[in-house]
Amino acid sequence: MIALYTLMEGVIAFFLIAGSIFALIGSLGLARMKDFYMRLHGPSKISTLGVGCVLLASIAYFSLLNGGPSLQELLITIFLFITAPVSAHLLSKSALHQKLPRDPRTRGNPEELQEDDDETTLEEAPQGSSKLP
Amino acid sequence: MLDFALKISVALFAIAIVLNLYRVAVGPSLPDRILALDTMYVNSIALIVLFGIWLGHRTYFEAALLIAMLGFVSTVAVCKYLLRGDIIE
Amino acid sequence: MIRPRKWLPMPLLSVLLLIVWLLLMNGVALGHWLLGGFLAIVIPLITKPFWEAQPRIKKPWLMVRYFFRVLLDIVVANLEASKVILDPLGRARPAFVEYPLELQENFAITMLASTITLTPGTVSAHLRMDGTTLLIHVLDVDDIGDMKRHIHERYERPLKEIFEC
Repeated sequence: MIALYTLMEGVIAFFLIAGSIFALIGSLGLARMKDFYMRLHGPSKISTLGVGCVLLASIAYFSLLNGGPSLQELLITIFLFITAPVSAHLLSKSALHQKLPRDPRTRGNPEELQEDDDETTLEEAPQGSSKLP
Repeated sequence: MLDFALKISVALFAIAIVLNLYRVAVGPSLPDRILALDTMYVNSIALIVLFGIWLGHRTYFEAALLIAMLGFVSTVAVCKYLLRGDIIE
Repeated sequence: MIRPRKWLPMPLLSVLLLIVWLLLMNGVALGHWLLGGFLAIVIPLITKPFWEAQPRIKKPWLMVRYFFRVLLDIVVANLEASKVILDPLGRARPAFVEYPLELQENFAITMLASTITLTPGTVSAHLRMDGTTLLIHVLDVDDIGDMKRHIHERYERPLKEIFEC
């Protein structure tokens, strides 16, 4: 029994440390990458997994403490994993809309980022300013 | 062992939040700042959960859940504002 | 699969609501089941007019396999992205890639975009309004054609099989 307890404690400690290291790397990516599109990668993937690890540790800890499964934190985990891609997508969409500059090494030249303002995508088509006489 | 791991973990998350704050302050563009705030609330959820483990009971679980929901909704709302210049159409 | 009925328009949503309620209450007492069941029936009935038509999941078992595959890939993705971020010289090779979509169902496209964001090296950036191209930003890529094939083989084909659209 005590051996099991120690083992569980080790697992929880591992998840806590792994999760916080992941979250730190994600935030580091946010701080040191060069352009917005590269900064987006760190938080949207790595920070989410980091927090997921911490929540798993919390599930294990409270299950151990209460002597039964206690899955409340699963709710936050699922919620984060569903919403992270959505907010990342919206953020990159607004960045493309504002035509934020990209790193010169970036390959590929999407029409959303090209400078001539004549070719607006459907999304950016002006809503109020009609060209009616 | 668990106590030690908790302390290290809280310290690492604190550093992560400081890095996010740096990006909020410096961030050359608006989406950068929104992204940094978004990351900051994700990290703060983790901090609250860690605090709950420290205390040994789950009074603060609902707070974490609320931060998760409000954070997501506010990120979406601000992005929508940047995209359309209007939140509710 | 449970058939949709008049008083149960979206069975999957109802099951999901019941599970969420039980998790939120953190218990399986009779009272939680009753109140959760009540909410799971009433909420879909009230919100039915807002919902788009939901695609049928034809093969639930493939869905489970897909879920575990994505879970594994998320861990791999994190290790890879960490390597790029921690690289002291910053030798990333970013690229914008236009990915032609074969899927047509809205829900399937959403799932593909989310998967792409959570898995190795890629963030889905923009869906063109005509719904046939997905703009993807890649953090570190060597061969773009290879990456497109990988996404198609590993994610898009299984999704196509699941929803059969």
